[in-house]
Amino acid sequence: MALLRVCNLEVDFDTPDGVVKAVNGMSFEVAEGETLAIVGESGSGKSQMVLSFMGLLAENGHARGEAFFHDKDLLKMNPRDLNRIRGKHIAMIFQDPMTSLNPFLTIEKQMAEVVMHHQGLGREEARSHAVEMLRAVRIPDPEERIKQYPHEYSGGMRQRVMIAIGLLCEPELLIADEPSTALDVTVQAQITELVNELRAHTRMSLILITHDLAAVAEVADRIVVMYAGEAVETGNVDDIFYRPQHPYTRGLLASVPRLDRESDDELQAIPGNPPNLLELPEGCRFRDRCVEASEQCRQRPPLWVTKDGRSSRCVLPIEGGEILEEPAVAEKTA
Amino acid sequence: MSKPVLRVQDLAVTFTSYTGGLLSRRERQLRAVDGISFDLEPGETLGVVGESGSGKSTLARAILGLIKASRGRVMWRGEDLTVLDEEALRQKRKEIQIVFQDPVASLNPRMTAGDIIAEPLWTFYPNMERLQVEERTRGMMKMVGLLPNQINKYPHEFSGGQCQRIGIARSLVLNPKLLVCDEPVSALDVSIQAQIINLLKDLQKKLGLALIFIAHDLSVVRHISDRVMVMYMGQAMEVSEKASLYRRPLHPYTNALMKSVPVPDPKLAAAARQDSWLKGDMPSPYQRPKGCIFHNRCPLRVKRCEADVPALRRMENGDWVACHRAEELNLSIQGIT
Repeated sequence: MALLRVCNLEVDFDTPDGVVKAVNGMSFEVAEGETLAIVGESGSGKSQMVLSFMGLLAENGHARGEAFFHDKDLLKMNPRDLNRIRGKHIAMIFQDPMTSLNPFLTIEKQMAEVVMHHQGLGREEARSHAVEMLRAVRIPDPEERIKQYPHEYSGGMRQRVMIAIGLLCEPELLIADEPSTALDVTVQAQITELVNELRAHTRMSLILITHDLAAVAEVADRIVVMYAGEAVETGNVDDIFYRPQHPYTRGLLASVPRLDRESDDELQAIPGNPPNLLELPEGCRFRDRCVEASEQCRQRPPLWVTKDGRSSRCVLPIEGGEILEEPAVAEKTA
Repeated sequence: MSKPVLRVQDLAVTFTSYTGGLLSRRERQLRAVDGISFDLEPGETLGVVGESGSGKSTLARAILGLIKASRGRVMWRGEDLTVLDEEALRQKRKEIQIVFQDPVASLNPRMTAGDIIAEPLWTFYPNMERLQVEERTRGMMKMVGLLPNQINKYPHEFSGGQCQRIGIARSLVLNPKLLVCDEPVSALDVSIQAQIINLLKDLQKKLGLALIFIAHDLSVVRHISDRVMVMYMGQAMEVSEKASLYRRPLHPYTNALMKSVPVPDPKLAAAARQDSWLKGDMPSPYQRPKGCIFHNRCPLRVKRCEADVPALRRMENGDWVACHRAEELNLSIQGIT
């Protein structure tokens, strides 16, 4: 059974300009030990979707649907029960390591707090556990560095600390929201290596959120590509990289600048901009930017699904795929 | 070779900070840019690449005179910008403009796109006819791929990529000859980055601009650069023609930056990772390593690198490198492909 099973998840925000539909009927699963990458541009809803089942939506946000962690629905849980799961069973790492740490507290204080709260350890025990974790994420000289403040760490080192904090309670699921986007490429490569080590040595499941497909080529088992609040394509890592089906996925792949190929004169871009979530276009949401769009795309495109778990929402069929009947919930919101 | 428009000669910027208490105050010198030299011809693009803290943004600001140089000269069409007074320098900004990294934060949220783009015109040509300004503004919007009817919209009504187009239109409205782009795409989605890079390349061709394009990622500058300078701790490690740099980097640091670029291919990425060999962080700028400043992170260092500072020297093919071992090392990214 899946560790996390998200079903028809919807997230809306009430704003003075109207209701913004950030997430529209997302469904996916994360198995134990699996790494799922969620890829999409800014505004595709990838972060809000995760925040919704972590109970971290802004006040004007509303979530509907189901998000089962083991056999409990996170969306229906009261804050107290949710608090017991967050940090202990599910940990989250945010994009900006500069602002996620409290600048007034030493690293020790920030790390010890987590284990003392969740595992009831004493201060000394908590400290040695924290040192051990810093060592695991390859922070040199952890006994000394744990006494320092965040500003004494470089950006890459701070992100390592964030990961160490996430790992303190040995969570079953670690969610990382653009963990390396704010970092130099050299440091990104180091973080990727670290994530790979973690995958090799633990049974932890991972959700990686990113706008850059290249960044997850090496670490993802499966990938969900999101556009304007919905999944446009799902598949395992080889399917997505070697046999992409949806024109948006193909566009994302082509827009990555590569050093391992002779350079072309023009870089491939996806034309246009992501749609305004207040006035989503009828039919296919990617239509205006799609190089393969036709008259047919004015209708809502079908969802193709194969037996081995691939899917694509497009008029273009996928090999071995069948059209899945739309669940009623998705229609209701349209 | 035509005559360079910009000659940067031994440019250095040093910041002074103080540590300790009131009585035990000590002065510390931070050499952010440390002896950078290069020429730029009309219509040419120099890519500048390095990690955070390598001094690339400080270099950009020093060229524009936004930060005072502590040494060296910035010769702009035969005139040294570092000795000009404020007003004379301000007049030169008509010719040299900058595009900033964060497209949203660098625009005033209370001004419309049109006002943001037109502001330099009001500043430099206060007597210009209103209609003429508007016409020029609309023209600029069209040129950078915005719709002229978006002229009265505010920054928050645009996406990140569109905001960067506004920033570019504003920087070009005075018809500059040199555009300094400080990480213009780092804050954008990968899918949008290519739009902005292609736009800058088109505009350069159309307007004959000289460009300095700063990034922390070698893959981003590749398509737009004629030459690339790789910076580390304020110094140039390598300055090479694009073709030779990407085929055969001369400096181990250049090679390390190349190998850090993620490859959108699971099998190749796994293979490339096996010899990813840049360990650790850049040292503190207050504790510059002796000898080659890169030696403590360099997997190819030899005894000599710990003591002797390698000079930036010219290789047979005309590229420049600061590494003792440049001739004997045969670095290439062929391993990836």
